[in-house]
This record gives sequence, C-alpha cells and structure tokens, in this order.
Amino acid sequence: MKKMKIATLAATAMMLAAVFTGCANKAGTSGNSASGDTITIGGNFELSGAAAAYGSAMQRGVKLAVTKINKDGGVKVGDKKMKLKLVTKDNKSDNASAASIATNLTTQTKASAVIGPITSGAGLAALPNMTKAKVPLITPGGTQDSLTLQKNGKVQPYMFRSCFEDSFQGKALAKYVYNTMKLKNVAILGDKSTDYAQGLIKAFKGEYKGKIVTTEYYQAGDKDFNTLLTKLKSKNYDAIFVPGYYSEAGLIIRQAREMGIDKPIVGADGFADPKLVSIAGKSNASNIYYTTHFDAKAPANNKVADYLKLYKDTYGDDAGTFDALSYDAVYMIKQAIETEKSTNSVKIAEGLAKLKNFQGVTGTITMDKYHNPQKPVIVTKLMDGSEAEATAVK
Amino acid sequence: MQILQQLINGLSLGSIYALLALGYTMVYGIIKLINFAHGDVYMLGAFWGYYMINTFHVGFWTALILSMIFCAIIGVIVEFLAYRPLRDSPRIVVLITAIGVSFLLENGMSYLFSSSPRDFPQAMVMHRYHLGSLSISNVQVLILVTSIVLMILLQLIIKRTRMGKAMRAVSVDPEAAQLIGINVDHTISFTFALGSALAGAAGVMIGLYYNSIDPLMGMTPGIKAFVAAVLGGIGLIPGAALGGFVIGLVETAVQAMGFSAFRDAAVYGILIVILIIRPAGILGKTTREKV
Repeated sequence: MKKMKIATLAATAMMLAAVFTGCANKAGTSGNSASGDTITIGGNFELSGAAAAYGSAMQRGVKLAVTKINKDGGVKVGDKKMKLKLVTKDNKSDNASAASIATNLTTQTKASAVIGPITSGAGLAALPNMTKAKVPLITPGGTQDSLTLQKNGKVQPYMFRSCFEDSFQGKALAKYVYNTMKLKNVAILGDKSTDYAQGLIKAFKGEYKGKIVTTEYYQAGDKDFNTLLTKLKSKNYDAIFVPGYYSEAGLIIRQAREMGIDKPIVGADGFADPKLVSIAGKSNASNIYYTTHFDAKAPANNKVADYLKLYKDTYGDDAGTFDALSYDAVYMIKQAIETEKSTNSVKIAEGLAKLKNFQGVTGTITMDKYHNPQKPVIVTKLMDGSEAEATAVK
Repeated sequence: MQILQQLINGLSLGSIYALLALGYTMVYGIIKLINFAHGDVYMLGAFWGYYMINTFHVGFWTALILSMIFCAIIGVIVEFLAYRPLRDSPRIVVLITAIGVSFLLENGMSYLFSSSPRDFPQAMVMHRYHLGSLSISNVQVLILVTSIVLMILLQLIIKRTRMGKAMRAVSVDPEAAQLIGINVDHTISFTFALGSALAGAAGVMIGLYYNSIDPLMGMTPGIKAFVAAVLGGIGLIPGAALGGFVIGLVETAVQAMGFSAFRDAAVYGILIVILIIRPAGILGKTTREKV
C-alpha cells in the first residue's frame, strides 16, 4: 500500500514538474520586450539586511540615472524615443529572496533588464532564474571572478557587471606596487575564509614581479592580529598586502600602527568604506593604498564632474563608489538598447556583450568576452584618515 | 624576544577566553546546560558599553560596571524566559533552546542595529610601554589584571559567601539542596547573573581593546570559550580559567609557527582530542555517573 502511495506521489510530482518546465520554456524562448512606450528595468536591491549600505547606494545611483535619461528625452529605439520605468524590490540581503525576486521581476514585471543584486553571492543565487527568463542581469558590485562563468568555463550569457573583477584589481594592484611604488618585497596577510580574498591573493601572486616574503592567513571576524603582526615585524618587507574587507583590515591597520609598523599597507576595494578609518583610528590610517572603482579625485572623463554635481544636488551628499557603478549600469543598458535597436531582453544581453568604448562615469568600458568590463583601476592613498591622492592605473 | 612578545599576545587573548569560559562552566556546573547564548551576552555587554560611553559619556570603569549589571539582568531574564520553563525537560531540549536564544540575540541585534561593525569609543587613551623590543599596551595590562581580579572575586563569592555555598550545594544535588531549604530557582538565577556579568566585562574590554564591535562578535569567541571550558574540565572554575589561557596561547603559538591557516583547526582539534582522551578535562576527575 505504502509503496503504491509513493509511486503515485512521484508520478504526480513528475507531472507537475513537466507542467512547470513547460511554462518556463514558453516564457524563455523569446525573453521580455517592452510593451507600449516604456521600457521596464527591474531593481533587485539589498535595501535591508547586511548589505543594505551597498544596496541603498545602488538604488540611489540607478534612480538618478533613470530620472536623468527620462529627463533627457528617453532611450532611442530605432526612430522611436521610449521612457524608462524602474521597478525595485528589496531582497533583504538574502540569497533566497534575491532568487525569487529575480523570477518575480522577469515573469511578473516583465523587465527587459535587471540591475542587482550587488553582492556576488546573491548574484549567483539570482542568476539561474534570470537565465531561465533570458533577461540580462547587471551587478554593480559582484566582483567574484567566477560570477560570469559557467562551470565548464564558458561565459554566462545573461550575467554582466559594471565593476571590474577581483583578479583584475589584484593584478592592477600588483603592478602598482611594483612599478609605481617601487616596492620589491611584500608580505601578504589575507582572509582565508572568503573567495574574494583568495581570488585577490592568487591574482596578485601571479602578477607581482617582486618577492612575496610570507603569506599569513586570518579568518573573517577575527579581531586579534597582534600575533601575526609580531611575526611580520622580524621579517624584511616593504609593504603589507591585506586582501580582505574593511572590518578586519581596519583592525590590522590599527594594530600594526600601534605596534610601530609604519610600512605601507595596500588592499583592494574591500577597503573602500569610511568605517575603515573609524575602526583604524584617524592617526593610524596613514600610508594606506587601495584599489577602487570610482574616485572623485581621479575623474575618468568630463562626465564625472556633471555626475558629482547631479548627485550632490539630488541627495545633498557626496557620490560614492557603488552609486557611480550603478549609474553606469543603467547607461550600459541604454547603450545596448540603442545599438541593438530593440527592447527585447535577449537582444539587450547581446548588446551588453558587445559594449565597446562606452563612456561611463567610472571610466571607459569595453566588455571582454567574459562580460568583465575592461577599464582603469583607481588607486587611492590615505593619509591621516583622509584621501590624499588618487591615480588611475591602466 | 619574539617569543616573549607572543607570550604577552597569547595571555591577553587567553584572558578574554577565560572570562567567557567561566560563564559556561558555572552554568554547566549547576544545571548541566551548555549555554550557547553566552557569547551573545558578551556581545550585548559590548553594545551596552558602547551606548553608555557614547550617549552618557561615562568613563571606562563606569561603563564596565554598568555593562556587568546590564548583562547580569539579561542573563537572569534569558534564564527565566527560555530555560526555566524547560527545567524538567530532557537536556537536549534545553541545549537546542540555548542555540535558539543565541540566534535570536545575534539576528535581533543585526536587525535593530545593522550588522556592520562600529568603532568603540576610545574611553581610555592607549599607551605602549616598551622594554627593549618587548611592548605591551596599558589596555593589554588592564585586560589581564581585570580578568584576574574578577576571577579571584568569583572564587571568593563561591567559596566564602552563603550564596556561593548554595550554588555548590545545588550543583552537587539540586533535590537535596531544596530539601534543606535552598531556593534552587534563586540560586540558578544568581549563577546566570554572575556568569553574564563576567561576559559583559569581557565585552567592554574587548570593545576598548580592538575598537570594533558587531552583533556577531560573540560567535567565534563563544565557541572557543566553550572549548576552553571543556579543556579545563567543564563545571570547574579554575579549569575554565586555565583552559582559557591555554587556548589563547595555543592559538598564538600556531600562528607564530607559521600555520596561521590552521589556527582554528588546531583549537577544534584540541576539543576532539580532549573529548577522546580525557573527557573530564585537564583538572577534571573522572567520576562514574549513576544511571
């Protein structure tokens, strides 16, 4: 009897599955197109939860771009001008809701393109649903290398980013340390527990021409680095490379400076948060270098000044990294629609992949074949807790 | 010279684990419960200290004492709401509840105050004392001394006061203790208050030392303190102190020897080894449990 029941259940489940896949296929053959005079763009934003700071910056940037584009007349599709409509949803910094919102935005809202989520993890979770619906996703902050790649090494057709990837900035940093700072010996103090830091270490080691004196590891959430720093003290090195996030990097800077280590400390975009300085202490945050996507001090082109002004006028605050990347993401979609002369999501994805010499506020972007933007990396230098200078590294 | 410096690093780390381990061990000694929410009480202590110093501009010592009082109250409330109704339930039920309380505190605080780290106000200016190439900061000395003073105080309370006597009686046999007129519920509440107060003190000191607090800060130290308590012999107060210092020193040694990637593995490895070889801990006596 029991066996019978299970068999019936299995059969029902299979039938249901067949019905569902049927639906998905039907929706997926063509992708989404605009209906009427408006093109719908979805926003899968982290508006609450752990990544809320990034998510709300993303929302500000996207909103600003959409308003600006509509004010300037809209998007030119063939010989018709169409307005953009933004539909945003809060994924609560949760991977599961990022995935369900991806489905919602593509099947219910019928968005032609979606911006966000901003973190790599949530991006990976949302991607299968985006691919199923054949709608491109642009993440402004997902820097993980593997994000745009399938398991077999081929590119994910519907995943794009407006930021550069981890290995790109790791390499740029290695070049900067060796060529510009002229430092020949580096000690690495890296986060063992995140893919982000692992990717950076690998890229840095591959590119750096000097000597890596030692590589030590810590875990995200660690608070005590005295032991590792005491160990470094006796070694001969010119700079410390800290691949990791600001919460630990701030503590490393603080404890190193308190211990009397005044060598340069370099890092990647994980440093780019005002909290870095507040945790490290103003006087300790000197001689710190990190790569970043956008810096008002090193404008990529003449669009930056306008952007900074527009942002300040709208929000009364200074523009940051992630709003600028999100702003660019919207314009990338606009560019793709205009070159393809279509609002169809499959076409937009094709257009995004072909993006070349696109003038964004974060630099001139050309998409490589893995959907990673090729653009200059900015290195920012901190002295006494504030930005002293910023340079673009090619 | 580097070895001496690392010894100082290890001891100041160990004293925090020891303070936390004391809370675990006291609660276990009395009601045989591993209170997994203990690390989160430590986090609450740090946040309370943060608000006291930032909002009311109290000094460090006042903040320390206020945090200890606050955490003592939290400890009693947690016991009253979560553990007391389960007094007669199987141990596993209470254990799972403890994990639940821990999640509630962590995620509740993340929800209310966001999970991004915040910088702890510098209520005390950091000085470094140098002795040749050795260097120690006033905060490190403060942590070490305060921890030791609190541990001695605790030992005095347990050995010299009536309440301490009651605690020891309840830990040996709660029913017999009740028969001779000890209020078991009060005694258990008092134990939670004491243990949580120590956690609160640790929270404020850690906040001052590292200058960074966040709602998940209690997670890893909590588990490591648990390892320390088991290592020293769970239920034994001197054991917890010893275990804490040993864990701190082991972590430091592993990193100093160049195996920084295996630091946590070493700590948890110790837990496994000690459970296999000497489940009663370093100071524990093996007793047969009556079934």
